[in-house]
Formats: sequence, structure tokens, C-alpha cells
Amino acid sequence: MSGVRVLVGTRKGAFILTADGTRQRWDVSGPHFAGWEIYHLKGSPADPSRLYASQTSGWFGQVIQRSNDAGKTWESVDNKFAYDGVPGTHQWYDGTQHPWEFKRVWHLEPSLTDPDTVFAGVEDAALFRSADGGHTWQELPALRGAKGHLWQPGAGGMCLHTILLDPSHPDRIFVAISAAGAFRSDDAGRTWRPVNCGLKAPSELPDRNAEVGHCVHRIAMHPSRPDVLFMQKHWDVMRSDNAGDSWQEVSGNLPSDFGFPIDVHAHEPETIYVVPIKSDSEHYPPEGKLRVYRSRTGGCEWEALTKGLPQRDCYVNVLRDAMAVDSLDSCGVYFGTTGGQVYASADAGDSWAPIVRDLPAVLSVEVQTLT
Amino acid sequence: MIRVVLPQHLRTLAHLDGEVELAVEGQATQRSVLDALEACYPMLRGTIRDHVTQRRRPFVRFFACAQDLSHESPDAPLPDPVVTGGEPFLVVGAMAGG
Repeated sequence: MSGVRVLVGTRKGAFILTADGTRQRWDVSGPHFAGWEIYHLKGSPADPSRLYASQTSGWFGQVIQRSNDAGKTWESVDNKFAYDGVPGTHQWYDGTQHPWEFKRVWHLEPSLTDPDTVFAGVEDAALFRSADGGHTWQELPALRGAKGHLWQPGAGGMCLHTILLDPSHPDRIFVAISAAGAFRSDDAGRTWRPVNCGLKAPSELPDRNAEVGHCVHRIAMHPSRPDVLFMQKHWDVMRSDNAGDSWQEVSGNLPSDFGFPIDVHAHEPETIYVVPIKSDSEHYPPEGKLRVYRSRTGGCEWEALTKGLPQRDCYVNVLRDAMAVDSLDSCGVYFGTTGGQVYASADAGDSWAPIVRDLPAVLSVEVQTLT
Repeated sequence: MIRVVLPQHLRTLAHLDGEVELAVEGQATQRSVLDALEACYPMLRGTIRDHVTQRRRPFVRFFACAQDLSHESPDAPLPDPVVTGGEPFLVVGAMAGG
């Protein structure tokens, strides 16, 4: 019997939502780690019972939790994220240099093949890796050598929020940082280079051809075509057909090309989803209408998906890590809002319903398809 | 034995119901008490003081005997009533909403 497990991180704890393959009735467990911010939790593709969670607090700092039984029980593992060597400085909001300081883990990305190997994207931006199930963490420091002194924080901090592991090239890793841009390693993290050619930010960067400094909000990839990347940038929805070497804008007819999440249909690599947000200073949907936009052509041509979503007086946001898909047939699409709703569509976005509606503000949504 | 009272979130993290009793070798100071606490409950490392600098986290404070000891030297002796177990050493989350 197939099923779905939805892992939801919120401002005040984690919640685990489960359903069978029909996706009609949902059980909600939680809050796990009540009162703590759960920036992200994610399961291992190699062992779906192995979960990792980033638990954080303005008072007590960072904790990493691990479960070996799909979230029934948890154990805290190592929380020491020490930068390699002297961390140096990056650019501050006012253009001066500012010391690198660890604040929290934004994103955990388990290896595609080994449940004990997991990557952590942190603020201030850096990439860490554990090969022992989270018991120790080591930085991959060459990333910060990719012009790290020119990286700068976005409004949410200088966070490494996206980690994509290429299933066809085991040594290839993509990461994205706000506000630094996208970066690629082809040697398992030993060396890195910015992959931001084609990104434009005339209002934010004085150099029109800046190699770094871009506020990338999210990147998505379909595992069958890992050279094709889709990006939701601060403004602009972008596409690359050459593993990030160059990007083209595919915002097309979107009502706003500002937004945070972007994701790809599980079975249709040219079908992508975004949630347009009015602007960088008004983080809510245009016209108070919560609309997911779907392109079946890999961008440029978009259709509004509204059935089951509030179409008046809606002023929530959908954060960058708060959208995911399942791989059932037909593809399920899920997203969480800062108003505490998690919406799901069991028909690839044609219709939506809230599967839980009164959680704390949702920070992240991940989905495990169980067979 | 030195008695330590932790805030609720740290008690939950350490799977504790009540206060902690610690045997501290040598002079009882903030540093030696926290060293002993973290040795017994390693999951608390990094939550009260920074892993690297060992400085108190900014939103954590230390109270004992109706005094704020947060800005005392970590190597200063703790008050006698704390050393004898008459009064607890309080680890407190700053009053900052949330």
C-alpha cells in the first residue's frame, strides 16, 4: 500500500502528516520539539525512516535531531558547526565587511545513497557535511572561497538554503545562497564556481555583470534531467539548460515574478510550479488571491491554479523551502503558508484542499512517497 | 552537590523533569558547573554557551541567591549557598517574548 508522509517545519515545532495513497484523510502528529523553530526536516532517500531535523532557537542556538523510526522517536546529535580555519568576513548590508558568524541550519539534504551522509546549509552561508549520521560535521570550506567576501545577507540573513545533489553525476552539487547566488561543484565539494551568468539585478547590484551577490531564492531540478535547473530569484523566474552555466528568464505572463519556492512535477520535467508574491516589500499574493502558477512548457507560459485556494483577502506568504511534490500517480503538490495552512493537490495542481490549517507559520514542507 | 535549574526547553532537550544535581570537583564556578553539566548532558553543549568561544549565549542569563551573575567572570567562585546546595544555580532564558 503506498502512502505519503509530509514533514512540516514551523516557527513553533515540527509536524508530521501522513496519508495513504488516496491522499484523502490525513493524520497529524506533533508538535515535535514544541516551541522551537524548525527550519527544515527531511528524510533520507536511501532509508525513508531516517529523518534529520534542524531545531533552532534565538535563546539556545542550534540543535540537530535524528530519527531512525520515521519520526516516532528522536535523538539529538552534534550541533557544532565550526567554520574551517579563520572564517574571515563577508559584505554587510551597508557594504562594509562583517565577520562570518554561525547562526542556524536552514536546510538539511541527506545523501541520495547513504543514510549516514547528510549536508547542512547554514547561516552565515556555508556548507557542512556529516558522514556519520550527524555525530560530527565538517565544513566544505572551498565554497566560501568563491568570492565569499562579496556575498551579502538578504532580509532573512545570509543563508545557504538550497542543496541539490545530481543523481547522474555523484560528485556534482549545486547550492544557492541569499544573497550570493548559485554555485556548482563537480568534485564533491572540493572546488566551487559561481554559476550566475544571465542573472540580472539592476536595482540591487551596481555591476550589471556581477558574478556573485545575486539573491537566489530557490532552485529546483528534475532527477531525470539534472542539467536543467529552474530558479525563483528575488525577482525573475529563470531556467538553465546547461547545469547553471547560463540562465534565461522564463517569467512570461506571471502576475509577479517575485516569489520564493519553485518545484518540478515528479513525472513531467517541463511542468513547474511557483507561487507569485506581490513584491519584495509586500510579501503576500497579488490582489489577495493565493494562486499557484503552473507552466507545462518549462516556463514562459503560465496558468493560474486557484480551485480550492482562497481568492480574496489572503495575505500569507509561502517561504522558499515550503513546497514539495510526491511521486504518486498523479503527482501530488504541497505547500505551506505563513498563516499555518498546508495545502495539497492530489491532481498535479488542478485542485487544492488544506490538509491542516491552523499550524504556526510554516517554514518548510518536504514529502516522502512511501511504497 | 550543586543544584542547577534549567529552563523548560533545555530540560526537554536533556530529558529532565526537575533540577539537576551535580558533583563538581575543585572550586565551583560558572565554568566548572557548566563543564560538569555538559559532561552529564552532552546534548546541552552549545545551547548555554558558544561551542567555540565558551561565552554565554546572548539570550541566556545566570541567577543565584537573588543576584544576576550573568556578567561575573566564568571563573569567579559561586556564592556559598550554591556551593553547599542550599540555593540553586539558575540558567534562565532572557525575557524576550516569543
